Order: sequence, then C-alpha cells, then structure tokens
Amino acid sequence: MNLDVFSQHTAFRWEIAPRDGMRVPAVIFGDEALVAAMDEKVVEQITNVATLPGIVKAAYAMPDAHWGYGFPIGGVAAFDPKQDGVISAGGVGFDISCGVRSLHTGLKSDAILAHQKELADILYYAIPAGLGSRGAIHLSGNGMNAMLKGGARWAVANGYGHEADLERIEERGCVAGAEPDAVSDHAKKRQQDEMGTLGSGNHYLEVQRVAQIFDDKAAAAFGLAVDDVLITIHCGSRGLGHQIGTDYLKQMVMAANAFGIHLPDRELACAPLNSPLGQSYLGAMRAGINCALANRQILTHLARQAVKQVFPDVTLPLLYDVSHNTCKLEQHEVDGERRNLFVHRKGATRAFGPGHPDLPAAFQSTGQPVLIGGSMGTASYVLAGNAQSESLSFSSACHGAGRAMSRKAATKQWQGRNVVDQLAGRGILIRSPSFRGVAEEAPGAYKDVNAVVDAADHSGLARKVAMLTPLVCIKG
Amino acid sequence: MTWSHFDHEADMGLRGEGATLAQAFGEVATAMTAVITDVALVKPLENVDIVCRADDEELLLVDWLNALVYEMATRQMLFSKFDVRIEGDTLNARAWGEVVDRGRHQPAVEVKGATMTALSVKQDESGHWVAQCVVDV
Repeated sequence: MNLDVFSQHTAFRWEIAPRDGMRVPAVIFGDEALVAAMDEKVVEQITNVATLPGIVKAAYAMPDAHWGYGFPIGGVAAFDPKQDGVISAGGVGFDISCGVRSLHTGLKSDAILAHQKELADILYYAIPAGLGSRGAIHLSGNGMNAMLKGGARWAVANGYGHEADLERIEERGCVAGAEPDAVSDHAKKRQQDEMGTLGSGNHYLEVQRVAQIFDDKAAAAFGLAVDDVLITIHCGSRGLGHQIGTDYLKQMVMAANAFGIHLPDRELACAPLNSPLGQSYLGAMRAGINCALANRQILTHLARQAVKQVFPDVTLPLLYDVSHNTCKLEQHEVDGERRNLFVHRKGATRAFGPGHPDLPAAFQSTGQPVLIGGSMGTASYVLAGNAQSESLSFSSACHGAGRAMSRKAATKQWQGRNVVDQLAGRGILIRSPSFRGVAEEAPGAYKDVNAVVDAADHSGLARKVAMLTPLVCIKG
Repeated sequence: MTWSHFDHEADMGLRGEGATLAQAFGEVATAMTAVITDVALVKPLENVDIVCRADDEELLLVDWLNALVYEMATRQMLFSKFDVRIEGDTLNARAWGEVVDRGRHQPAVEVKGATMTALSVKQDESGHWVAQCVVDV
C-alpha cells in the first residue's frame, strides 16, 4: 500500500481525512510494516464505508485488516439511527457471529502430552467437521425458532452445557430482539442438520498450551498460567448465517436507489436502521447471532463428552466466548455525549475495558477477554480490553492473523500431507477430512499473528495477556 | 477447460467462458465445484432443477450460484454437469451430481455463498461471454 494516502499518522494510527464523499475520516491501526503490506483494497473499502449515511466519528480498520466484501475484514463502523444511520449486511459478513470460545481444561501440558494422540482422535471423531458432516440434532419449525430466539440459553435449557456457561458469553448467551420470522425458510432449511457442526475453511477446534504470560494480574483473573491447557473453538452460524447474508445483501442492493443511498460498491449494500428492511435485517441478524452462540454451546458439550473419555474429571468451564462478525446496539461516548449506536464489527472483536457494566464480575477489574485465533501451526492470543479502546475504536480490537496469501497460491506452495507431517514434527497433531483443505489453510498463508497482536497492544486497542500454542488442531 | 479460478486474498474467484451466456454460467458452476473437489470425481448420478430470476445478468449469476450453494448444502450434494438455459431475466437449469462421499471427494472447503465482489458478466466483440465473481468460503 502507498503510505502517501494518509493525511496524518502516529506510529500505530494512520488517518485519511474526509474526501470524495466521505462523511468522516478513515483510520487504520497498525505499525508501518503491517499497513504498508496491506492490500490497496483495504483503503478503498474503508474509505467507502466512511461515505455511508449516519456514520459516527470515523471508519476504522484493525491491524489484521484485509480485502473483504464491501467492508474490509477487520472493519469497524458505528451508525446513529437518529442521524439516518444504516445497517449493512456486508458490514456484518456472511458468517454472522463467527467467533472464538476458549475452555479451561484445568490440566497442565504434560498431562495432555501423555494422551495427545488419543485426545486428537477422540475429538476428531466427536466434532463434526468439514463439508458433508452433519450434526446429531435435527431442528425445524418451533424448535428452530426457539433456538433462534434463545441462543446459548436455548442450548443450555436443552441439556447442552450449564447455566454457569452463560455468564462467560457476550450478551450472556442470548442477544435480545431476534426475529425468527425475518429469517427465510431457505436459511432455516440450510441449518436444520447443521447444529453442532464446525464448518470448514478457517474454522477449527484446537487444544492449546499457554506458552507465555504478559500481564500477571489479568492472567490470574482469566485463570491462566504458563503450561495450562485450553480448548478453543472457532466457528459461526453455519448455513443459516450465510443464507441470511445472501438473502439480505440482494434485498439491500435492490432497495438502495429507493432509499437514496449511493453505493460505491454493491457489497456495501445497506438499509436505514429506521426502515422496515433495516429492522428486518436487524432481527434476522440477531437470530443469526443466537444460532452461532447455540452452535458453539453444542460444540462445547460435544468436546466435554469427548474429553471425559480420556480425562474423566475434566469439566471444561468457559474462559469466554467472543463474536467477531456482528452489529450490536451499544452506548458509546461521542463528543461528551452518551449515544446509542449500532456498531458493526466485521472481523473485529469487541474489547470492553475495565468497569464496563456488560462484563461479568470476574472481568470487571481487567476488561473483557479478547480471544485472537491462530492458524494451525501459529500462536493464538488472549488479550484484555482497555479503557481507552472506547475512544480509539468503539471498544474494538483485531480478530486474528488475517490471510496474506490466496488459497490458490497456498495450494501451489504446499501439499497438505507435508503440512501435516511438518506440524507433527513440531508436536502439533492435525486432524482434517481434506489434505487440500489443510494446504489452503497452511500457517504460512497467514500474516504474522505476533505482529498483528503487538500492533493491537501498542496502539492501545487491547493489551496482551497470554500467548497460546497449538498441540492438537481439528480442522474443518 | 473454459473455467478458471482467480486470486482473492481470503476467498476464491470463479470465471467461466462460453459462446453463449448460458454456457458461461455453466462453466462458472463447474469452477465452483472445483473449489471444493476435483470435478472429475463427481459422478452425474442425480439431477436437480433450478429456476432463478433477476433484474440483470450479474445478479442472475449470483442467484444461480447461490441456488447451487443452497442445493449443495441441503441435499449434501456436489454437482459436475450443468445444462443451463437463459431467456430474458429467467434462468432454467438442470444440475447433475451425487451425494458427497467424504472419503472419495475429500472436500477441501464449503462454499458459503456467491458474492458481488469482482462480479462481472460481459460479452466481447466476437460475441464470446465471460462471467465471474468471488465466492466466500
């Protein structure tokens, strides 16, 4: 990327002043090397976002930003319904409420390593992963609607997990305002056999070792110490979320002219929050969030059953569950005034700071756990939300490494079998239905997650608490 | 081969070419199956009929691919042969394929949906059609 496009910058904050229809500035967080390596499309997309009606303060891109659909992946933007603000299906993404959940095993890595292969095989057998896998639960009619209304609360009420899990999930496991009637029959049909499935692509279940602690106080509050082992799940709302995205993207594109909204890119399609279409998408998207929360809750239950076969006393309590493809109604201070804003985070993680009323008591003094996914062989991170993140980015941080190379280029460079063997040589066991899928997701196809996380830490978006390295990866 | 893939940073671009618009659409569909598996491994054992309507050819391409995504997801099928007819704003198609066999097909990735990114449907001066878009995987 040509760094001359930025009108001003500090070491970690790069700003483009409003131009060409932009209502607010565009801001990219990252060090010079990360920003320079970003695709020019990130600037094109984040400046396009800045043109949308009702946008507040600035359009932001996180340090892991890359070319997305309308919004860059790693994009954050807040809209005020009192100023004709919009909601955008592209600003949420196809995999609504895709996110990361980490579970404590209560075990140290030496205990896991003694049973590593057995654990990998049992988890691979227990967790439906990849195209062609089906969940054990069939949902339709009222059952589907109850799940879409209830999210992880519905899952717990149906025997998948415990009441105590809910406090460790954003929105306490269930976002209000979901409207199952706004979700198409096609979307529901795509989901009817997909509850409790991981999906494919960059989705995974990993067994991870805490390799390093950076913040002792926050680590203690999060229950993390060096050599502890976590299980982390990365997945989303499966076919239902994808179909909601597809259905509403088309409707928003076709309605843009009627709303008088100029779309510099059709993928940026949106509708006024105060319109029937905007409200309908909001209700459907919230149902999609609940679907993702229920899905990760069921996967947690499956992981608990599997792990008990090897370690009968392990209960896998939640560390936390975060979603990184969402639009949420939140209060934020803008120009000295608390305002109700709809904050889009497309490939960005909410990062509430200490004292935020939505956080459980355990995280009141530290800020929210911000779970950053890795990419098979690479590290994952646990960060904590900072107080200043609210003024920097509507309390948002990065979500993962982000791809550096296309799938096509990755399959030219690596063979899946070799990737699996090389990782096994480094003590990381991969289980996947597809070697080609493994090649496309090879660790080298992603950006350096360490650099991304360091940039998030140095820019104040969130602070580093712990680094996790993989021991087992079940890849979709 | 008149289909191909082009690079997208996170996902996959599909391109199909043909003497007619319908042929180009059929080739893009083949390119989509090739994102998931080797098309030659998918036997044309069962068929599914698909109808789409859209305001323009580009939106029709997105609808066509999304209809196939829906059929693949709900029937757990992969498709390898396509007979596409387009008249005015309406596409009628028959797609042949089979139920996914995870051992034989080794599906690399699931297609979540067709997008409007890099979306274009064009006819060149010689009358040759090229249709393309990026799919989210």
